[in-house]
Amino acid sequence: MAFVTTTDLIPLIPELILLGAAFVVLLLDLFAPGSQRTTLAVTTIVGFVIALVAEIQLLDSGATGFYGTIVADGFSILFESLYLVIGILTVLLSLHYLDDHGIGFGEYYVLLITAVVGMMFMTSSLELLVIFIGLEIMSISSYILVGIRRRVPESNEAALKYLLLGAFSTGFLLYGISLLYGATGSIRIPEIVVALQEPGALNNPLAIIGVALIIIAMGFKVAVVPFHMWTPDVYSGAPTPVTAFLSAAAKAAGFAMFVRVLLTGIPLEAELWKDLFWAIAVLTMTVGNVMALMQNSVKRMLAYSSVAHAGYIMVAVVVGTPAALSSVIFYSCAYAVMGTGAFGILTVRHFGKTPDSYDDLAGYARYKPCLAFLMSVFMLSLIGLPLTGGFIGKLQIFQAALEEGWVWLTVIGLLNSALSVYYYLRVVVCLYMREGSVPDGAVLEVAESPGFALTGLVGAASVVVYLGVFPQTLLELAASSVSTLF
Amino acid sequence: MTITNDYLPILILILVGIGLAGMFTIIGLVVGPKLRTREKAAPFESGFLGKGMEGYRYDVKFFMTALVFLVFDVEIVFLYPWTVQIRELGWFGFVASMVFISVLVIGLAYDWKKGALEWE
Amino acid sequence: MIPISHVLVLSALLFSIGVLGVMLRRNVIVVFMSIELMLNAVNLSFVGFARTMDDMTGVIFIFFIIVVAAAEAVVGLSIILSIYRTRKTLNIDEFNLLKW
Repeated sequence: MAFVTTTDLIPLIPELILLGAAFVVLLLDLFAPGSQRTTLAVTTIVGFVIALVAEIQLLDSGATGFYGTIVADGFSILFESLYLVIGILTVLLSLHYLDDHGIGFGEYYVLLITAVVGMMFMTSSLELLVIFIGLEIMSISSYILVGIRRRVPESNEAALKYLLLGAFSTGFLLYGISLLYGATGSIRIPEIVVALQEPGALNNPLAIIGVALIIIAMGFKVAVVPFHMWTPDVYSGAPTPVTAFLSAAAKAAGFAMFVRVLLTGIPLEAELWKDLFWAIAVLTMTVGNVMALMQNSVKRMLAYSSVAHAGYIMVAVVVGTPAALSSVIFYSCAYAVMGTGAFGILTVRHFGKTPDSYDDLAGYARYKPCLAFLMSVFMLSLIGLPLTGGFIGKLQIFQAALEEGWVWLTVIGLLNSALSVYYYLRVVVCLYMREGSVPDGAVLEVAESPGFALTGLVGAASVVVYLGVFPQTLLELAASSVSTLF
Repeated sequence: MTITNDYLPILILILVGIGLAGMFTIIGLVVGPKLRTREKAAPFESGFLGKGMEGYRYDVKFFMTALVFLVFDVEIVFLYPWTVQIRELGWFGFVASMVFISVLVIGLAYDWKKGALEWE
Repeated sequence: MIPISHVLVLSALLFSIGVLGVMLRRNVIVVFMSIELMLNAVNLSFVGFARTMDDMTGVIFIFFIIVVAAAEAVVGLSIILSIYRTRKTLNIDEFNLLKW
């Protein structure tokens, strides 16, 4: 009696490839200790690339497996490809950082891969159990990644905060799932949808409390106000490449889960939820931007700005039309690339130290003109100026909001964008207008920009510009993947 | 839906539950004596005196062993359903379990190689 | 047979104690124990529903929660150990290097 056939494994091919890569890297690190760290990084990248190719092959296959538990629809393929791309970028940004800070663990790459695998399971599954396991694979890997500099108090502290709040929110998620299971008798999203569409199903307190608890948990995962407290601490305490990875990939995965579970899974037409999401969106944008304005550390500023960007995405979530959902996807992709790029610049040492405050950015234009230019591109895109991916993303979101008559929401969003111009431009000003003086005894590394990182950053910047100039491809992909959701 | 009838009472009871738990905690906070001694602030140490342990580092090997035991012990939970249903699941179950166990073996190899299993 | 509501109340009570413990307690280990309490409250409610509906899904879910909780505990304890080594304290209020 065969419960599972090989065809069930087809939608899982990318995940299986990545798991294989994780084991190869782990065993390489264990049994060939002499092997260079570059070898591990290259192996990791090769794994990501092969998985990406497999992902593209799966496009339009419509493969499903395990009785519909795992699906390879357009939505999951698009998001999974995003995680893989961010994974590659993170590896490129990690090599020099790990060397600089003496993080000599092969486990770093293994955990990076398993985190991506977790995200992929989260995105491609229709069953809450598998989504939960994927979420946990991702979370546990990232707790360790955040705390991987185990002799550094800040890194420890960030890991502890991330772990406690992550586990706390997981408790809420599970309790929500269990109540929803009690109310509907199923943990599979399609069956839950059917059960909740029965008349009176939504008057069931179990279902309502369950959904509310799931919303709280999701709020923690995507870091919207008032569940954002952990973000700045974790983002500033973590090693910078890990911060880039979390702010891009983990956040995108959170939103993918948000869309999959809450927006397609559970009917939220009720006014109550709309008002709740409206408040969350407005608060998230405003708090994120105001707090970002007050920071002195660029890394912390970017952390708060990532909260603000989650707020813009929440605007689209409030609107909830297919056009808005496709703008969620577009914005997640665009933000992931520009956010990774912006954090990525901060991984490169300048005057012998990893830049942190605004003052540390002085002298970039003279000594590292290439990085200064790339950082400016990312900043302009984060502001949302034309010809960048950020512009198209915001345009899509606010257009969708206006079409549905959410005028106030749009106005607040635009005001917030205006507010963000100040602190993003402050970065550009520091890069270009301030003369940096080489501190005594610091090694001047004018020519030395680590090759791998530079490749990654140039790639990210070109993607940002590409999305701004030729957004059509991704827009169509996003629109078609939303149509596979319903 | 066989259990639809008693939903409202459940909601009430859940609220009562949250209220009770909150009340007890708050009563404890307000009424309870607040002795902020060193011993009180120290983590509970199974009856051992907290004194004299300052700066004492217990050997990390205990910790390693405990962690490794915890993980592998709990993973066994997945093997129970298989052993109970071993005939019904047949070769499929066998292969699936072997995949699972081989993943655990890789984990064991990792622990071994990293020296987590060394006692001396 | 014990009615489902009894199970749910117990589970809600345990869950609330866990939540309050996380928010009010200052010792990291106790906070961590409170989180485990929350997860076990969830297990209880799953098993209650599973028995009422005579459906195995809830029971299977519990297996995974137990294993994930163990994995989380291992990682958590390791992180707590390493933070204790650098900071020599377990009081959550003293972990304030990252406050602005």
